[in-house]
Amino acid sequence: MALAITAVREAPAAAERPHITIRGLSKRFDEMVVYDKFDLDIPRGKIISVFGPNGCGKSTLINLMAGLIPKDGGEILFDGMRVEDVKIGYVFQNYREALFPWLRAHENIEYPLKFMRLPKPERRRRVEALVARLGVRLDLNRYPYEMSGGQQQLVSIMRALVIEPEVLFLDEPFSALDYEMTLFMREQLQRVFMDTGTTTIIVSHDLEEAVYVADEILLLTRAPTRVADFVTFGAPRPRTDATLSEPDFVRVKSHSLAVFQREVRR
Amino acid sequence: MIKRRTSDLLVPLIGVAVMLALWYLAVKTRVIDPVLLPLPTDTARAAWKGFNGKLGTDFLITLERTALAIALASAIGIPVGLILGASEKLYRSLEFVVDFFRSTPATAIFPLFLLLFGVDDKTKVYVATFAASLAIIFNVAYGVMNARKTRLLAAWLMGARRHQILLVILLESFPQTFIGLRTGVSLALIVVIVAEMFIGSKDGLGNSIFEAQQLFEMPAMYAAIFASGALGYGLNLLFRLIEKRVVHWAGK
Repeated sequence: MALAITAVREAPAAAERPHITIRGLSKRFDEMVVYDKFDLDIPRGKIISVFGPNGCGKSTLINLMAGLIPKDGGEILFDGMRVEDVKIGYVFQNYREALFPWLRAHENIEYPLKFMRLPKPERRRRVEALVARLGVRLDLNRYPYEMSGGQQQLVSIMRALVIEPEVLFLDEPFSALDYEMTLFMREQLQRVFMDTGTTTIIVSHDLEEAVYVADEILLLTRAPTRVADFVTFGAPRPRTDATLSEPDFVRVKSHSLAVFQREVRR
Repeated sequence: MIKRRTSDLLVPLIGVAVMLALWYLAVKTRVIDPVLLPLPTDTARAAWKGFNGKLGTDFLITLERTALAIALASAIGIPVGLILGASEKLYRSLEFVVDFFRSTPATAIFPLFLLLFGVDDKTKVYVATFAASLAIIFNVAYGVMNARKTRLLAAWLMGARRHQILLVILLESFPQTFIGLRTGVSLALIVVIVAEMFIGSKDGLGNSIFEAQQLFEMPAMYAAIFASGALGYGLNLLFRLIEKRVVHWAGK
């Protein structure tokens, strides 16, 4: 009994325990070692951006986490569970090739619900609830090819969110969009996050974006990849354009840039 | 989308009018011998008469043969194409054979089919089936192999089972399948008409053209040629319309 109590006391509160733990992760492509005995803890309920030099394995990292590609060694656990036993959402960079063009937008969003054995009216209801929660104004009766790039990516994000995932992965989700759309989508992502608090991991190739959206910025080295720095950016949400000129933002961004430059020149 | 006005829809008719006018003038001014090229009006009269008689029947017979050939070719070509496309290794090992026979003029295989199936009605359909099915196999396999990997990954990530992923692959291959079907229809019609001209034929548009030529009934011959054109154009149009409905996302 005394033992049990000690154990309880020693276990950190759920919110403080890392959500995802990566231990001894190894991955190579042919002769190229990308990850070798890589360790990382990812906190719960935060937006984490992943940033680093080209070819350092940013996307590889989230693909390994999401189980999209097999790992050569090590383990990745979500609250102690393997990825197969966890609900995850994944948003691809190429929305054109990720959505199903033969389905209408709302059918695309409903698609993953089919595999949760939900009856059709319930699927409908969940999509409608999601639309209402996000305040999305879109004609979801249209087909993806009838929509703009940003709208299509928004549909992709909604498809990833509709199952209420424990972790949301986004692989350079806005890089195929124009600047105006990118700004709009950042706001959408922030809204979604403020609403759901889902642990979100976003790969970005734009440092400003990486800092602006994130609570924590994961800076990676060249392959074989290590953590160069894991920087906290604690600006309150909702963040706005004004955030971009605040001293804290400028400080975090220039620090991240310095780390990045150091790693690139290494 | 830009709205088309009624006058825009009439634009294609200009070409028809010009062609008919040139035809009429060429015959009237005797640039072309009226014995070889009758007046459009005479041809139209022959077509009208023919369609209420033997030409009408021949038209339907050719249509039936072509439709039968394309149905058989789809029944063979689509499953075979799906299987070939699903296994890259299998496809690579058979690619040359398929491509070789696809490139062989189907008409070159007539005599062989005559030996195999006899001087029969069915033989015409079989040769056309042969030609069309190779075009369909090739395109279906190609469509399956070019299924977007991201889409399959997305389906898999969302929890799709094997048969649901196969459905995604199938839908991915649809646009290319329709290209194969349209090619197949054109090929089948060509083969059927040529077959009707030669192999102990008694009916069909090919026979109609050939017989009119032999009897030197030029208006009837032109009427039959235009009937073949109308059949080809109509089939192509029909498949385009079906394609637009079924694979509305193609090319977008």
